[in-house]
Amino acid sequence: MSTATTHDAHNEEHPSGLMRWVTTTNHKDIGTLYLLFALMMFIVGGAMAMIIRAELFEPGLQFVEPQFFNSMTTMHALVMIFGAVMPAFVGLANWLIPMMIGAPDMALPRMNNWSFWILPFAFAILLSTLFMEGGAPAGGWTMYPPLVLQTGNAFPFLIFSVHLMGISSIMGAINVIVTIVNMRAPGMTMMKMPLFVWTWLITAYLLIATMPVLAGAVTMLLTDRFFDTSFFNAAGGGDPVMFQHIFWFFGHPEVYILILPAFGIVSQIVPTFARKPLFGYSSMVYATASIAFLSFIVWAHHMFTVGMPLTGELFFMYATMLIAVPTGVKVFNWVSTMWRGAMTFETPMLFALGFVVMFTIGGFSGLMLAMAPVDFQYHDTYFVVAHFHYVLVTGAVFAIMGASYYWMPKWTGHMYDERLGKLHFWLSTISVNVLFFPQHFLGLAGMPRRIPDYSVQFAGFNEISSIGGFAFGLTQLLYVYIVFKTIKGGAKATDQVWEGAHGLEWTLPSPPPYHSFSTAPEVK
Amino acid sequence: MLVSKTKRALTAIAGVALVLSATSAAADYALNLTPGVTPISHEAHTLHMLIMEVCAVIGLIVFGAMFISIIKHRKSRGVKPAQFHESTAVEIVWTIVPFLILVGMAIPATKALVAMEDTSDADLSIKVTGYQWRWGYDYVDDGVSFISTLATPKEEIYNQQPKGENYLLEVDHPLVVPVNKKVRLLITSNDVIHAWWVPKLGMKKDAIPGYINQMWFKIEKEGTYRGQCAELCGKDHGFMPIVVVAKNEADYQQWVADQKGVATADKEAAQRDWSKAELMARGEKVFTGTCAACHQASGEGIPGTFPALKGGAIATGPKADHLALVMHGKPGTAMASFAGQLSDTDLAAVVTYERNSWGNDTGDLVQPSEVKAAR
Repeated sequence: MSTATTHDAHNEEHPSGLMRWVTTTNHKDIGTLYLLFALMMFIVGGAMAMIIRAELFEPGLQFVEPQFFNSMTTMHALVMIFGAVMPAFVGLANWLIPMMIGAPDMALPRMNNWSFWILPFAFAILLSTLFMEGGAPAGGWTMYPPLVLQTGNAFPFLIFSVHLMGISSIMGAINVIVTIVNMRAPGMTMMKMPLFVWTWLITAYLLIATMPVLAGAVTMLLTDRFFDTSFFNAAGGGDPVMFQHIFWFFGHPEVYILILPAFGIVSQIVPTFARKPLFGYSSMVYATASIAFLSFIVWAHHMFTVGMPLTGELFFMYATMLIAVPTGVKVFNWVSTMWRGAMTFETPMLFALGFVVMFTIGGFSGLMLAMAPVDFQYHDTYFVVAHFHYVLVTGAVFAIMGASYYWMPKWTGHMYDERLGKLHFWLSTISVNVLFFPQHFLGLAGMPRRIPDYSVQFAGFNEISSIGGFAFGLTQLLYVYIVFKTIKGGAKATDQVWEGAHGLEWTLPSPPPYHSFSTAPEVK
Repeated sequence: MLVSKTKRALTAIAGVALVLSATSAAADYALNLTPGVTPISHEAHTLHMLIMEVCAVIGLIVFGAMFISIIKHRKSRGVKPAQFHESTAVEIVWTIVPFLILVGMAIPATKALVAMEDTSDADLSIKVTGYQWRWGYDYVDDGVSFISTLATPKEEIYNQQPKGENYLLEVDHPLVVPVNKKVRLLITSNDVIHAWWVPKLGMKKDAIPGYINQMWFKIEKEGTYRGQCAELCGKDHGFMPIVVVAKNEADYQQWVADQKGVATADKEAAQRDWSKAELMARGEKVFTGTCAACHQASGEGIPGTFPALKGGAIATGPKADHLALVMHGKPGTAMASFAGQLSDTDLAAVVTYERNSWGNDTGDLVQPSEVKAAR
């Protein structure tokens, strides 16, 4: 690895202290910034979830007023989606893609710096609305008009922060695509790329295709409110349902933006700890591409109750059910990768296994929700809340945590505390199921989502769910401790770190040099 | 392993929660969708059970294989990893078999959906209007119309009184329908989007301004069925329940006749002049049910969101402007137009009440005849 350490000394000159981070164009520094920012937002969004679960612990209003409760559900979603999960994936992409494809850095380093540094401002704007007259946005993260137009002074700040998040994501996505297309080492053909790189390439295309759509939709909201347009105002000849169509044309690909990189992560972790190559590499790639394609033609399954024509409902039901096929292929491939392997169960593998089981549970409830005639019962109930938390928390978030344990020794040069890591996994897994599994029952029994108070028949499971929520929340403080402990020190990690690890990133020293591959490695 | 651990933990925590909590005594731990009381809800329930069982079987196979692998194919047992990594035949099988299962589920789902969306040949049509935060019902054929508002007192919500059996699921005027008749709802909204849903009737439909959506049900059993608004509609989204009372044909006809009597009496009352005491008493009732959610019982509103009426410019300014604002609302805000929701008498009473309460001593009286003239 001498090639990696000999490079132009000029490139190594960079400011130290705070300015190092503000002016950095280095993919590893920016990756770190993204990941730490995501962790911070995860704590902020989690605190909001604690308020929600505290209010729902018992029937009656105890802690917060309904308007503030609605602000909490709205802000929790925006912070977790745009502040925690998406930046965490971009952070992983920044750290890993150059190392995985044998490149020295990302293709567009200055844009990379900009796309990160927009985010703190976007979230400062969004979070500042908590202190504004009329309160923070409370119309749901889906921002449906006419309700969202009743937001107080926070309204334009909501729109502009969404614009900024969109710009940041689009720039991140452009960078990922340009890097992957142009900067692969000789011999690193497309069909040799690690699956994490593949899933991110496809995700980046989804981002570029849908973020402008969201930006357009919220801009129309802005002009409806301030410039007397009537895009979504029925009284002015507009159509409130049109917003939902535009929003979900963004929103459904968005949910795959939140899960495809997680598929990639799990496809890296499982072969390593099964000590066996990934089963069905090419079918994994094709399945990812099919999911991405289908994600563009299923959006209206979020809208089965708006009064679509029968043929529309049938089309969106069939298309949605179809997604189960490529998703199933992925799950079968992961299980086949484990089959007749020689598995060990370090923390990253535990998170990957937890992902496969619990994401699949979320997939099952997704399939149930796809059935329009039953969706009329499930829609807008806690069944939906349970569904998307299974795919997003035990799906996306578990994958991100697994990834952090898997690559942290590479990034920091230190092994994390295995005993604490396992404890973190088991506490998280138990509490997250206590938290979200009873919400299936609540939804089926008829509890609507987004309500601050409920009838007494729902008291039992809400109480259990809240207890699980508090436990899950506390457990994540342990995660923060483990992360910072690993950054500060720990047993020295070897270059390969894991016995079964394959791929270019494991050929670099731990921690890797500031510029990953100044001379392109040879890929056979 | 993972599942059983989770389950054990769940049961343990459920047990602890039961012991610790007094409210849990009233809670029933319902686990599943109910079969409901309409043909639609039966179909939804059957389909729900079918797809859940299919998922359970697939889950059993996939997780089963995974757990066998976890137990048998572990390094600590000294196994050597195999190196196979593809099999076209297997991959084709597990693409086609799930596809066929999906087709098998899509067929009954399509049949059910077609039946659910068939709103033709209804025996009775009722227009449902969503308001922030109450429901309006207009019986298209019988001319009966009323507003249905949450009946749970604030003291129960704020934990100053014990909660009743139907806490948050009780209204002042329930929707009354005959059993075994195909009832068609024409659903719309006056302000933001709401959704009309009673779980036991098996159907949910959004109430959207500018749209008239349709749904139908045919209740097979007399009784009272409760539901809630299912689409986030602002501050009191959790406080606009739906109660449907299904009566036999004779009782239903009697109810319709009674409602018509009330309507006639109301109309006659609107002809005469009302005294201040009468207007204030009625006005307080209307205010509590309709206005207090935003402007608060104290008339102080919520600063920054809902303006105060106590000493407010509108409630102490010219009478005609005040009446006009209540009747027509203020576009772009949560202040709705109440001309269509409230009768002449109610409007007169509530404006009088607002102008003479909380120290607003204008002394103005608004008579129903003035409201009629202002329409």
